[in-house]
Amino acid sequence: MPHSNTKADEIIQYMLKAVRHCQVLNIQLISTDNGMLTLELPYSNSIVGNPDTGVIHGGALTTLMDTCCGFVMPICQEGSFFGPTLDLRIDYMTAAQPGKSVFSRSEIYRVTDNVIFSKGIAYQDDIAKPIAHCVATFMRMDTDASKSKTKGTPDEH
Amino acid sequence: MSTELADSMQQQDFEKLINTIPYAQLIGIACIPIGDHFIFKLPQHEGNIGNPALPAIHGGVIGGFMETAGIIHVMMNGETNTVPKVIDFSIDYLRPGRDCDSFARCELVRQGRKIANVSITCWQTRVEKPIATARAHFLLS
Repeated sequence: MPHSNTKADEIIQYMLKAVRHCQVLNIQLISTDNGMLTLELPYSNSIVGNPDTGVIHGGALTTLMDTCCGFVMPICQEGSFFGPTLDLRIDYMTAAQPGKSVFSRSEIYRVTDNVIFSKGIAYQDDIAKPIAHCVATFMRMDTDASKSKTKGTPDEH
Repeated sequence: MSTELADSMQQQDFEKLINTIPYAQLIGIACIPIGDHFIFKLPQHEGNIGNPALPAIHGGVIGGFMETAGIIHVMMNGETNTVPKVIDFSIDYLRPGRDCDSFARCELVRQGRKIANVSITCWQTRVEKPIATARAHFLLS
């Protein structure tokens, strides 16, 4: 899918190159539209989890969704954030079909003074039929956040 | 289930079982028997790096390692002869996973007829200082 080379794209491309394991899995950028990030995990024999069926391992999907939920932080509409993952939960709706890429789409749905809440889905043929759902929280480490604590801003932690 | 997979389960041969799973080989999972029990090892590996600045292991790799450990634990301890399917997986990251060997141990908290609940702990230098804890539900049939 062709897309314009925006600043958000550049940030994601840079991070994908810097993260060694994303290179190992060959994770690709698809789009960075409206603060949402879409990545692709191409099918490969090396990420198979069940050799009888050729279905990819949940671990590869975990990495895809962890990457997608984390990488959306610097390009989300609320601003540019960064921080380590606090937790991640993945619900598997169905097994991925072998031989096909898995796509992941994520967004930030809440930013507080200290915590960033992110959610995403993984899908193959049809975005309306996700193969997995994911939620992740991150600790906010960007300097702006700690400096500009505004009164009355809800803060869960 | 393939004969190779079934054989390795029956013989409790972890190495053989792990060798049948390409993803486990990609990130480099090994199994260490300790008496009647066993723990899992994720040896230091350059390809598993996520944050190049620290450097730290990719959170997804730690998740994949713990998920694999949980699956193998159920296959070896649970009363099942199928490859368990993950229903959900939830991981809490407690400390950065440094670029060194990591270990995991699992506990089969509950096994019902269809579903198993497994808790997994991952550490590096000291077991009392886990880098991540996780729990997963597996579908057995």
